[in-house]
Amino acid sequence: MRREPAGDVVRAKQMDETVSEFFRRTILKIPLTEMMTILKTWNFLSENQLQTVNFRQRKESLVQDLVLLCEENRASLNDAALLDIIYTQFHRHQKVWDVFQMSKGPGEDTDLFDMEQFKSSFKKILKRALKNVTVSFRDAEENAVWIRIAWGTQYRKPNQYKPAYVVYYSQTPYAFTSSSQLKSNLPLLGQIFETHNSTTPLQERSLGLDINMDSRIIHENKTEKERVQRVTQEIFGDYPQPRLEFAQYKLETKFKSDLNGGILAEREEPLRCLVKFSSPHLLEALKSLAPAGIADAPLSPLLTCIPNKGMNYFKIRDK
Amino acid sequence: MSVLRPLDKLPGLNTATILLVGTEDALLQQLAEAMLKEDCTSELKVHLAKSLPLPSNVNRPRIDLIVFVVNLHSKHSLRNVEESLHHVDATFFLGKVSFLATGAGRESHCSIHRNTVMQLAHTYRSPLLFCDLEIEDFRATMAQRLVRMLQICAGHVPSVSALNLLSLLQSSENPSLEDL
Repeated sequence: MRREPAGDVVRAKQMDETVSEFFRRTILKIPLTEMMTILKTWNFLSENQLQTVNFRQRKESLVQDLVLLCEENRASLNDAALLDIIYTQFHRHQKVWDVFQMSKGPGEDTDLFDMEQFKSSFKKILKRALKNVTVSFRDAEENAVWIRIAWGTQYRKPNQYKPAYVVYYSQTPYAFTSSSQLKSNLPLLGQIFETHNSTTPLQERSLGLDINMDSRIIHENKTEKERVQRVTQEIFGDYPQPRLEFAQYKLETKFKSDLNGGILAEREEPLRCLVKFSSPHLLEALKSLAPAGIADAPLSPLLTCIPNKGMNYFKIRDK
Repeated sequence: MSVLRPLDKLPGLNTATILLVGTEDALLQQLAEAMLKEDCTSELKVHLAKSLPLPSNVNRPRIDLIVFVVNLHSKHSLRNVEESLHHVDATFFLGKVSFLATGAGRESHCSIHRNTVMQLAHTYRSPLLFCDLEIEDFRATMAQRLVRMLQICAGHVPSVSALNLLSLLQSSENPSLEDL
């Protein structure tokens, strides 16, 4: 053990290079439009410090300045993890989440939930089970807690770039998990929750229409209904659609008709026609067409390609 | 091609089964629920189908009344009913089939003319009922009517048969098309 000369104790401890890099990469992820909001939510850098930074410069330089400020404040790995949680909270839609439902065993009382006790026992159990793990918490609305877990192995430090997230709503039996890695660690999480209750993965909820409760009503086309639900879910997903108010299709195709003859059938020139769909929420309306029985599933790719292509003005010509 | 026949099965004890055929599942479901809310001495069963023919490998009770639901806002729903009609045996049309047109209240949304459905009902010699199924009160009233019709068609009302009912309905409700 080396004895530090007295003068050196005052000198700020230099930030670990891996932590510094983690900061750099995390801040780099944040879009410039959200930068201020996220940094303010993080509340680690003071108002004064933020004012010294030029937010209009090139992103790489901006990030460098911010990392330097973090080093000045002696930011720790936990602070970086917290920033990562906040970023993920802002971008939760970009992750895929599984839901777990906890059920009380028979005869168990509803215990009074203590958030701090939960956090400390959660952390303790994880650290006991795995040598190298980083666990961070952030409270959120509605008695929820966001838990960030970076996994390592017995011999390797935790990989901060592939964390798992658990969002636990303490007043409900539900926990949401999202993992960037193999799901091999999820059973462990399940075990941790078992100290409170047992968990079962939630059945995939079916879209749309309520499950009919009255047994005197029989749906003859149940398989077809289920097929429509499945196809709709495959195309549109489970999450609410982006809000779009109209889509426009300009047709410049030759007139095609089943009927023989007719004036229009003979025309060589393309028929010009404009079709405009408008709605307060067009994509949700399209999504509900097939389940409502108004259209067949799958819908025309001309309609379903809108989110993928990011277009809502189309010109359709003959091939 | 499987065809629905009215008397190919034995009736269930005190059971009356109605089959609602139409593309708009949500409306059919609501109508079914409204019907089951009614106080009725018979045991009611409601089958909902998007179209005919029905899946063949299923055990189902005898169907006492078929109601074809057409949404006047949707040509698709009319086309669907027209095609389904081919799968119903002619003997069903002796009072055990009825047509129900919904959406007449919002005339600007109608893409099917009333006359079209009236012509259809006339062709099949069956009564045509109009009801905006989206409106709860109208739906409840229609549900009551359908329950009474169903009981008659199932033979649960003494001395009134489906054929009696048909002739009663035709004279008072459906004016002959020459008048239109």
